[in-house]
Amino acid sequence: MAYYNEKIETLPRAELEKLQYQEMKVLVERLYANSVFYHDKMKAAGVLPSDIKSIADIAKLPTMKKTDLRNNYPDKLVCCPKEDLVRYHVSSGTTGKPTVVAYTKNDVELWAEAVARSLVSCGLGRGDVLQVAYGYGLFTGGLGLHYGGEKMGTTVIPASTGNSERQIELILDLETTAVACTPSYFIHLIDVAKKMDVDIAKDTKLRTAILGAEPWSESMRQYIHEQSGVVAHNIFGTSEISGPMFTDCGELNGMHICGDIAYTEILDPETGEVLPPGEKGELTMTILKKEAIPMIRYRIGDITSILEGDCPCGRTSPRIDRLQGRVDDMLVIRGINVFPSAVEHALLRVPELTSHFMLEITRTGPLDDMLVKVELKPDAMTDSINGLIGLQSRVERTLRDALNVSAKVELCPPNSLPRFEGKAKRVMDHRVF
Amino acid sequence: MTRNKYFIKQLSIFSENKSGRLAAVAKVFEESKVNIHAFSIAEANSFGVVRAIVDKPELAFDAFSKQNYALQYTDVLGIKMNDVPGGLYHVANLLGSIGINIEYAYAFRTGTFGTLIVKVSSPEDAVEKILAAGLELVPATDYNF
Repeated sequence: MAYYNEKIETLPRAELEKLQYQEMKVLVERLYANSVFYHDKMKAAGVLPSDIKSIADIAKLPTMKKTDLRNNYPDKLVCCPKEDLVRYHVSSGTTGKPTVVAYTKNDVELWAEAVARSLVSCGLGRGDVLQVAYGYGLFTGGLGLHYGGEKMGTTVIPASTGNSERQIELILDLETTAVACTPSYFIHLIDVAKKMDVDIAKDTKLRTAILGAEPWSESMRQYIHEQSGVVAHNIFGTSEISGPMFTDCGELNGMHICGDIAYTEILDPETGEVLPPGEKGELTMTILKKEAIPMIRYRIGDITSILEGDCPCGRTSPRIDRLQGRVDDMLVIRGINVFPSAVEHALLRVPELTSHFMLEITRTGPLDDMLVKVELKPDAMTDSINGLIGLQSRVERTLRDALNVSAKVELCPPNSLPRFEGKAKRVMDHRVF
Repeated sequence: MTRNKYFIKQLSIFSENKSGRLAAVAKVFEESKVNIHAFSIAEANSFGVVRAIVDKPELAFDAFSKQNYALQYTDVLGIKMNDVPGGLYHVANLLGSIGINIEYAYAFRTGTFGTLIVKVSSPEDAVEKILAAGLELVPATDYNF
């Protein structure tokens, strides 16, 4: 099976753009009529739906950001009758408040359609066994891959995260041919298999990995192939656009963003100007048919570029390069988005600490470690070692609850951490991707 | 309420568990001309607590505070021990028999006798019991001036 939906995936570029324009026009008209939020935004920008006369006019439309979702928590951006919603996903908050995304039946189907096309582009088909080792739950990774896998006809194993030895046993016993998880977790699985005396290349049928939700690199792709014989594909998505959706095809050269589903732009992060293919900037997407929470020109915050030229695979949708960083200070720790501001916010709840802190991120083996250095207030000193260790564990619990990822805490003496004039540089990321 | 004359003011100073930190602490004592009678270091994870009995605790407290150290006074007791084999056993055995639980202890020697510094959970109570058991406590004025 070369394509999941050959007609649309190989639609000539000119026709695809025509289709994108039509979809965009319908979307804008619908939002202008139904969404108080976007209506006001367009008014403030001085744009009317009738101003959108060509695909290039999309640049006139106001952009959206994560803060729009946060400020409209939990469901003020929902643009359809509430009883039409079939699902919510919730992502961890940046300043204590999470963001909620909602889906209609069609939204879930469109999402699954995108994942199905992507999985087929990775070479999967009926007869493949896809082990989904992304978290199932509020996080979109697990259910996103699950629905897409079922839609295109693979056998799905909802393994979820953790219990690595069990994962290897499932790979062996159920003859898993593909695993979807974070790149660091996949490298961990390779190590676990070795410890169990399992040679992935010889003893298993695993040949494909669908990896994403955290930054990784070509050298990691090579390493994975050398160590396990597995071809690793990159998958992109974020909960605001639905979840993980788009992967690189067999060419392993950029992720195809299905043009009938999403309209992709790269913006200059400073000026907001649209940049031409080949130039790096902020990835911005419009999901053309989203019903529950439509996202128009959503500035995702990842830095990448649109790749020039046609892909030999025959798909006409534009491809984006690997993500090359963030326009903000968001960190991805073990697949979880972490904003330093969320750390700051959480630490405010611990009265024994000053407001100063430092984050150190390291990668030991395949797993990320986050160390948070915090400062003891002078009057919070206690003679009891148990008291101080207790404080340390209390801060660790507070951070884990706030960030959904565990961090080690180091208590430091008052006034020992750096003070910043101007923009604080509290993050030391020692990881090499 | 007058302060119990046997309560010795110990300084408990927060310190990082890094090379050079003890020297930094000692330097503050040196610069403030405070003499150390006894001290110990307890360490946990990445940090430690330096505990010291000094001649001028208030002076030292101010000097450390000025340099942004986190520190605290802790009341400890000094129990006299005979400086002979079995000296510690005699004291520890008696403390055990009268039900006194020691959180931490360290010892040093002055002149002809040894002193066991102990931190107990309720020092007021402990003073009475220790004296009633026939042990000798060192008055705070012997150390803190």
